[in-house]
Amino acid sequence: MLGQDLSIIAPELLLVLYAAAALMAGAYSPRDISRQVLWASCGLLVVVGLWVGFQSGEAQYAFHGSFVSDGFARFSKVLILFGSAATLALSVEFLERNNLLKYEYPILIVLSVVGMMIMVSASDLIVLYLGLELQSLALYVVASFRRDSLKSTEAGLKYFVLGALSSGLLLYGASLTYGFSGTTDFAGISAVIGDDQLSLGLIFGLVFLAAGMAFKVSAAPFHMWTPDVYEGSPTPVTAFFATAPKVAAAAMLARVMFDIFGGVVSDWQQILALLAVASMFVGAVAAIGQTNIKRLMAYSSIGHMGFALTGLAAGTEEGARSLLIYLAIYVTTNIGVFAFILNMERDGKPVTDISSLGQYSSVHPARAAALAALMFSLAGVPPLVGFFGKFFVLQAAVNAGLVWLAVLAVIASVISAFYYLRIVRLMYFGTAVEPLDGKMPMVHGALLAVSSLAMVIGVFNLFGIDDVAALAAATLVQ
Amino acid sequence: MGFATFAFYMFSTVAVISGFLVIFARNPVHSVLWLILAFFSAAGLFVLLGAEFVAMLMLIVYVGAVAVLFLFVVMMLDVDFAELKAGMAKYLPVGLLIGLVLLIQLGFAFGAWEVTDEMLSMRQAVTPAPEVTENTAALGMLIYTRYVFLFQVAGLILLVAMIGAIVLTLRHREGVKRQSVVSQMYRDPKEAVELLDIKPGQGA
Repeated sequence: MLGQDLSIIAPELLLVLYAAAALMAGAYSPRDISRQVLWASCGLLVVVGLWVGFQSGEAQYAFHGSFVSDGFARFSKVLILFGSAATLALSVEFLERNNLLKYEYPILIVLSVVGMMIMVSASDLIVLYLGLELQSLALYVVASFRRDSLKSTEAGLKYFVLGALSSGLLLYGASLTYGFSGTTDFAGISAVIGDDQLSLGLIFGLVFLAAGMAFKVSAAPFHMWTPDVYEGSPTPVTAFFATAPKVAAAAMLARVMFDIFGGVVSDWQQILALLAVASMFVGAVAAIGQTNIKRLMAYSSIGHMGFALTGLAAGTEEGARSLLIYLAIYVTTNIGVFAFILNMERDGKPVTDISSLGQYSSVHPARAAALAALMFSLAGVPPLVGFFGKFFVLQAAVNAGLVWLAVLAVIASVISAFYYLRIVRLMYFGTAVEPLDGKMPMVHGALLAVSSLAMVIGVFNLFGIDDVAALAAATLVQ
Repeated sequence: MGFATFAFYMFSTVAVISGFLVIFARNPVHSVLWLILAFFSAAGLFVLLGAEFVAMLMLIVYVGAVAVLFLFVVMMLDVDFAELKAGMAKYLPVGLLIGLVLLIQLGFAFGAWEVTDEMLSMRQAVTPAPEVTENTAALGMLIYTRYVFLFQVAGLILLVAMIGAIVLTLRHREGVKRQSVVSQMYRDPKEAVELLDIKPGQGA
């Protein structure tokens, strides 16, 4: 029994054992092996990503049904693993230049990835909470990794306090749900709820659970921490925040909604629709006045989470599929954008001001073109891949009868296009400023190129990701 | 009135009163002492429930470790509690209002609480029968066997907390003089003491 359970959690187990071994090696090695640990972690994440990706078959339950490995979990895990491997590969040069490269950094990232994998595989409220805490605690630490910087410390502290508050909300919701259903098991709770009306206590539980998780996906009106944390954290950490944890939180939200409250879609549909609309508009409007590109990306991520939640709000299999496609596109695009941001430098100092991109196209035409493609994709301009992500989401919303939500989403998308296109305008037609002279390491260049080319080439068949996402969504929604 | 009923009322009255006194005591050291009394009464209540292991844990962990730690913190750190309380008056009305609204809402929620048989049986399904297993063994079976995965993940979280604390606070300072026992033992009067012949009226 235990052997079978362990074989189901084998990918997580491998990462944990690796983290423990790397920690020992880092602590006792006479030389500084941070670089080696970082590349080893990166490689291992890719290997585990491939391993999970090539797993197939029915949903398997471990530990008395508290941990599930199904198509949905596997899809999210692959995204999480590849996303974090890419951001880890991006972080080496920046950390080294700023004297931040310590062997604990990749280990903390690996442990938080384990937390995320547990989150998306959770089939029990306690497992969900522990996975969430594992990833959050590691994220709080890496947010304040640059401990001699006031902003980084502030980011870590803010993230920690608000994260603790949101965990409190989530736990309160979980305890109410447990109190009114008598079990923490997702399948058990869902059996108690059945298809009839939710009792008042369970509605309270649902609302608190949704609010706690909305904090984690940084959906408005629970988004306040995002801009400050994104701005204050070291840039590679920001890149990490903008990719894997978002996927994990959104997938966890989807699993809770479908697995626990799958019989009462109309009850949570309105909550998610409200969160989605608020996030899209906050993301679109508040980003317009930003001059710092990291803050801009924070608002952009709030807006994009709004779109992802729009797909989820549909409450159908098609909606879950559109959520997964959207997340995959979002992660790919963000990796490219952050590969660019990490190299915005002048005289060896990082620059985050948007106006420093003036006439960038005449200095580095290739990079400018790549960033322009990514920005067009983020804005959802057809025919780039970002457009298809939005298209699937809107299609799911319309088919579920949420036409008003789709209309609002289109309006928000048009508003948000303004600030994405402003960056492109600055690069090509802006006033010339002292040019950025950051050298781009090969890895960054490669990831930027791959990401931006994917935005263009992907329009033919989205690399088949829509079929995979459809299969994954089918295992979630039964 | 049986002894158990008497004991229940005694312990619960003491627990509630000492709980209030934790908040209202002016001297923080007294607050901590009241807290310890509250823990003791709670432990008594656990014994009455038949959970003797939890009662002992309560004494060992909460009274023995946590409360004493609190006491040390309160005595060692010079926290100005009067200053902390000064902000209270400003935020008290808003806080009370929010608390009241929440209380009413929760009242509605709990007012509609239906305890179904299905729910009770589900809740008991995971616990071993109390008649067969004593509660120490039952806790062991739940924590280390049924929920072993959760136990391990919780351990992992503590590991992350430890790594985090070290990463964020450990500094290798340069130029700090540390004691080296070996070099002290190998110190030699010939190298350590130098005799100088100083002429009167001149410095070394």
